[in-house]
Amino acid sequence: MMDNQDQTTRRHFLAVAGGAAVAGAVPVLTVRPAGATPAMLAAAIRDVVGAAVVHTGKVKLDIPPLVENGNTVPMTVSVASPMTAEDHVKSIHVFNEKNPQPNIGNFVLGPRAGRAVVSTRIRLADSQKIKAIAHLADGSFWSVSVDVVVTLAACTEEVI
Amino acid sequence: MAALINVPPKAKRGDVIEIKTLMSHIMETGYRRTAAGDIVPRDIITSFSCRYNGSEIFRADLFPAIAANPFISFYTVATDSGTFEFEWIGDRGFSATAKAAITVE
Repeated sequence: MMDNQDQTTRRHFLAVAGGAAVAGAVPVLTVRPAGATPAMLAAAIRDVVGAAVVHTGKVKLDIPPLVENGNTVPMTVSVASPMTAEDHVKSIHVFNEKNPQPNIGNFVLGPRAGRAVVSTRIRLADSQKIKAIAHLADGSFWSVSVDVVVTLAACTEEVI
Repeated sequence: MAALINVPPKAKRGDVIEIKTLMSHIMETGYRRTAAGDIVPRDIITSFSCRYNGSEIFRADLFPAIAANPFISFYTVATDSGTFEFEWIGDRGFSATAKAAITVE
């Protein structure tokens, strides 16, 4: 009796587990996260900075505080740096909090840039914080965060 | 695959010049759905680079959060007369290049 019960339980368990594995495989393809969670943002930042401390300052992020259309938002990142061979910005990394994924762009500069300023146009799926991190030649990381309010979101509209 | 490049045609040696680039591309995020509910596959430019007389002066990794028709502007020091070579690489084998000349006095 006990054996029988064990067997049915195990068979039942395997059936359920197998079903879950099959069911689990399908959503991986179709279900996308609704937004980059703070954990994903933290992981994306950790990928760039590693264990280093990120200081606040030196970086300036110019972005409209109120955005009507999230599909194209002008953004300029500038870093206070003399851009000499010894003291320059190696790279600039921009992140967001609530788009489907946390990265916006990585920009690799060097002493030949002369001026640590990069401009581009980005998409914003929601009102959220934008974070820019600069990696300096001495290995230090500096960051700034800016809040942006978005009235019409990008990414979510249907293709017609 | 049309590129718009804005590089000053002339500069003084040592001047910091601005380079503006625009590449026409849909930058499909991979998060949109059709009316039927199917995901539209991702189709974006993933990498952009600029070389000045053969050596790389700027590079960018792009993500779906970059708006359609990626506009990127950056600065460099005008060191010598020569050419800027731009390259965009993306999904589905996308690749495009452009050139611009500069005279440095």
